[in-house]
Amino acid sequence: MAEAGTVDTHGAHDADHGHHEQSFVSKYIFSTDHKIIGMQYMFTGIVMALIGGYMSYAFRMQLAFPGESVPGYGVVSQGEYNALVTNHGTIMIFWVAMPMLIAAFGNYLIPLMIGADDMVFPRINRLSYQIFLISAIILIASFFVPGGGFGGAWTSYPPLSANAEYNLTPYGATFWLVAVALEFVAFLLGGINFITTLMNSRAPGMKMHDIPMVLWMIIIASILFMASVGPLIAGAIMLFMDQVVGTGFFDPDRGGDPVLWQHLFWFFGHPEVYVVLLPAMGIVAEIICTFARKKLFNYKLILYTAFATGIISFFVWAHHQFVAGIDPRMANVFTITTLIISIPIAEMLFLYIATLYGGSIRLTTPMLWALSFIAEFLIGGITGIFLGASGSDIYFHDTYFVLAHFHYTFFPIAIIGFFAGITYWFPKMFGRMMNEALGKIHFWGTIIAFNFIFIPLFILGAAGQHRRIYNFQNFPDLAGMQDLRVIATSALLVMLVFQAIFLFNFVYSLFKGKPAGKNPWKANTLEWTADSPPPHGNWPELPNCYRGPYEYSVPGREDDYWPQDVPPDTAPAE
Amino acid sequence: MAEHQEHAEDHSGDHSQAFYLKIWAILLVLLILSILGPILAPHLEFGFLKAWMITLMTAFGIAVVKAYLVAANFMHLNIEKRYITYLLTTMLMLMLLFFAGVSPDVMKHKGQNWENVAAEAEIERALKAEAAAAAHGEHPGNEH
Amino acid sequence: MSTMTRPIATTRSATGIPTGKLAVWWVIGSEIVIFGGLLASYVMFRLGHPEWAEYASHTNTWFGGANTFVLLTSSLFAVLAHHAAVHGDGKTAAKWLLGTCGGGLVFLCIKAVEWTGEIQHGYTITANGFWSFYYTAAGIHALHVIAGCIIMLIIAKQAWNGKELQRVELIGIYWHFVDIVWIFLFPLLYIAK
Repeated sequence: MAEAGTVDTHGAHDADHGHHEQSFVSKYIFSTDHKIIGMQYMFTGIVMALIGGYMSYAFRMQLAFPGESVPGYGVVSQGEYNALVTNHGTIMIFWVAMPMLIAAFGNYLIPLMIGADDMVFPRINRLSYQIFLISAIILIASFFVPGGGFGGAWTSYPPLSANAEYNLTPYGATFWLVAVALEFVAFLLGGINFITTLMNSRAPGMKMHDIPMVLWMIIIASILFMASVGPLIAGAIMLFMDQVVGTGFFDPDRGGDPVLWQHLFWFFGHPEVYVVLLPAMGIVAEIICTFARKKLFNYKLILYTAFATGIISFFVWAHHQFVAGIDPRMANVFTITTLIISIPIAEMLFLYIATLYGGSIRLTTPMLWALSFIAEFLIGGITGIFLGASGSDIYFHDTYFVLAHFHYTFFPIAIIGFFAGITYWFPKMFGRMMNEALGKIHFWGTIIAFNFIFIPLFILGAAGQHRRIYNFQNFPDLAGMQDLRVIATSALLVMLVFQAIFLFNFVYSLFKGKPAGKNPWKANTLEWTADSPPPHGNWPELPNCYRGPYEYSVPGREDDYWPQDVPPDTAPAE
Repeated sequence: MAEHQEHAEDHSGDHSQAFYLKIWAILLVLLILSILGPILAPHLEFGFLKAWMITLMTAFGIAVVKAYLVAANFMHLNIEKRYITYLLTTMLMLMLLFFAGVSPDVMKHKGQNWENVAAEAEIERALKAEAAAAAHGEHPGNEH
Repeated sequence: MSTMTRPIATTRSATGIPTGKLAVWWVIGSEIVIFGGLLASYVMFRLGHPEWAEYASHTNTWFGGANTFVLLTSSLFAVLAHHAAVHGDGKTAAKWLLGTCGGGLVFLCIKAVEWTGEIQHGYTITANGFWSFYYTAAGIHALHVIAGCIIMLIIAKQAWNGKELQRVELIGIYWHFVDIVWIFLFPLLYIAK
């Protein structure tokens, strides 16, 4: 982390405020620089990913070898199993996927890619990270309070989540709820920064369709988040009241309605998955254009499709509630809308494939991750169709089929998306190249192992194995399929071991990687015209924008790329 | 910087103080009407215009008008760029969508092949308690 | 508080809307869905539970009406502060903002008196669903009033010194939104009986 984003010299524009050497604390801990804040989110996300991964290790060991002591954990009790499963899900979505894809890459890239010197509200940016960090600490603290961590599933349905006599984790449940609520506040603040910065602070000459796709995706995701989280914040307040004050908003015995919570939760919960999907797709878009040396196929169509996906995502939420007792007529409506939403997303993936077609493909590590995203997410998307149709969902709901489906979507989004982004932008962030050989080994180990974890789970789910169960030996019909569970757990162990290669590569490359220069990938977007790593203020003079972001292999030009900041009719710099 | 922002503000609209006072006066009149409306409603019904309709129109209809007046004139939405109005309207539409999607399950207690037994039981119990208390002249409504 | 220079990014305005104002409108947008979710849930319960009409009859329309009057007047003060700020008169703007804040405090005092009375009568937050919503919705609204007052005092101080006058309009927009939420809370909680 030696030169992570700020250097001792300052840009010309703050020469007049007489800043002397900043202390380590003010430069790194309390920084308002978007690059530092982005990396703070990223490192917090990595730590939380290790914690969430550790939890999955513990509960998968329990499932494969029930009742046995898990090395590095101990015996997993029933209550602990519930807490592990709950917090694994919660952490991975709210403290890994969102911070890494939106907050880390968004913070880092938005000003750089639009040619600005920082976000428009740097201090609110810092505040949003601080609130986020506090929320992470509160969540971790929830494991150490009397009763332990909350075990009511990441969906936190009442009455289980509202009543201490049901969930047996009164403090854990409230800590969990407060942590999630604070995380929402942090992302609301961050989202406002992102939207305002992108809308207002673009470089002169950068029109709407010159904006790199990843930024559009991050902004659409921020808007989706802001528009959908409101009812859940209201619901979280009501649940908090139920837990702590003793109201009965969700208590059927007092005229409350647990189904209301489900609706409040999923009205947000469904757009949330697109909140994390779109930025990952944006990262993939950047990478495939750079490493196929080809412009994005039909930029405008992809953009409008992303908007359409965002809008439709508000109309599908109750497909999570098909068997919860909702009116069957509403189930019809939601089936239709859910099946419809698969179309724009599939279309975007096909447009990506069209982008690759005929391109001059370089299989660098980022490109491998991007390609695997497309392949794995297609599997995830197709298996979603079985769940979106209410008829088949009656069988599949709450089985491991659902679990495998959403891991085939979330894993590409959160994990593949993150690795794609970090291997691509590491040279810019840290000024050094990551080791390609180690990167490829890490890639293959992770991807192959990933498939061996979740394909067995599809099979188990189709056989009727339900979620959130501590020990399947108690089910005579399912007990015989233990081999599949052992395969899944073994594959997880392999995958976790391969992550050590990534961590080693990351740390080693920080200090010993080959110096990167400004534009090692020969890409077009504006961040590659800044130094690696960019100084405070990003450029001594902010760039202008003269063309779109994907002018690769333009016929008649000598170079196969044409950066956005090069004035027209001038040969591009080398 | 302040000049830049102020300059933008001159464009974004400035009425006279008298104008704002006028709007405020209208708002107060509407407030009085919205309080009187439901009180006088039982006396005002005729034909198909029932008391609850009058209450709805005066209390909520007037609320919408008041909100519009504050938004348009105090928040200067009628001079602001259209895009802001679209943003706010979209958020409101989303709330209608939420209501439309959830009320069949939460507001209604019976549907196609389902019945919310707990809610119906609670309603019955509470109405009985209220009727009994009214018969005895007590204050119901503060037990559960 | 402004010990750092603003980034150049903050001064650009590709949309034509100043950045601060754009951000405040997005905040308002996200607040609409928060209050909207809460109030939509209330309406669903209210319409589905006929027994709540009796519970609701115990709210005091005069307290509610008085509070509506107070907030409408404080909104007037807020827009008069904006008017002064537009003309560069920071000190007058600050005075009007103090008036707005004062209105907020009066609102909170009336609430305190009202709630004390209601709680003493046994209409507590756990009494039944109606009262749970009543205190939760009005309580969240009151928290927004408090937050608004605090920010308003900070901006008033800056305006008094002739600084950051554009923020007067921004806190005004927030305050008007808080007023509009109450404009809807009033009939929902007090009138629909």
